[in-house]
Amino acid sequence: MKNKIKVLRAEHELTQQQLAEKVDVSRQTINAIEKGKFDPSLPLAFKISKLFKMSIEEIFISE
Amino acid sequence: MKKDKKSNIELTKKNTINLALWTIAWVLTMAISTFGPLLLWEGNSLLTALAILLTLLVGIGMIFANIRHLNGLDELQRKIQLEAMGIALGLAVVVGLAYSSLDQTNLISYDAEISHLVILIGITYLAAVLIGNSRYR
Repeated sequence: MKNKIKVLRAEHELTQQQLAEKVDVSRQTINAIEKGKFDPSLPLAFKISKLFKMSIEEIFISE
Repeated sequence: MKKDKKSNIELTKKNTINLALWTIAWVLTMAISTFGPLLLWEGNSLLTALAILLTLLVGIGMIFANIRHLNGLDELQRKIQLEAMGIALGLAVVVGLAYSSLDQTNLISYDAEISHLVILIGITYLAAVLIGNSRYR
C-alpha cells in the first residue's frame, strides 16, 4: 500500500520522531510505513488521517 | 478502546523492566530448585517440592508479564515479535521432534536433552527478532 505520509510530514514540517510521538507509535513504525514496508492498523490510519485533517483514502492508496 | 495516558514508549519501558524482573526471579528460582537439592538441603524432598512449586508460580507470573509486555508494544514491534515467536515455535516443534527421533532410533550417541531445545528456541527467537528489526528499519 502506497501512502503520502512523507509528503504530508514535510508539508507540516514534522520529523518522523515528532509524528511518531503525535500518533503514539515508534519512529521505526513511521519509517516502515513511509517506505511501504508495513501497513498500519485501522486505528493508526485514523489517527494519522485525523492529524493531517484528511480522509484515509486521501493518504493511503491501495495498489 | 481507551488506553492509559502514558505514552507508548513509557508503557513499553515499564513493561520491559517488569518482564526483566520476572525473568530474573524465575531464573533465580530455577537455579534454587536445580542446585538446592544438591548443595543446600541434601535429600529433603519437601524443600525440593516447595522450590519447584515456587519456580512454577514465578514462571506463571513471568508468562503474564510477557503477555502484558506484548500487549503494550507498538504495532510494528508486535508484528516483529509475532513473526519471531512463530519461527521459534515452528522450529522447536520440527527440530525437536526430529531430534527426538534421532535419539529414539539411536542415530545419535547421546541423549536428546530438553535443554538443547530450550537453547535452540532462545537463539532462534533472538535471531528472528534482530532480523525482523533490521528488515523494518
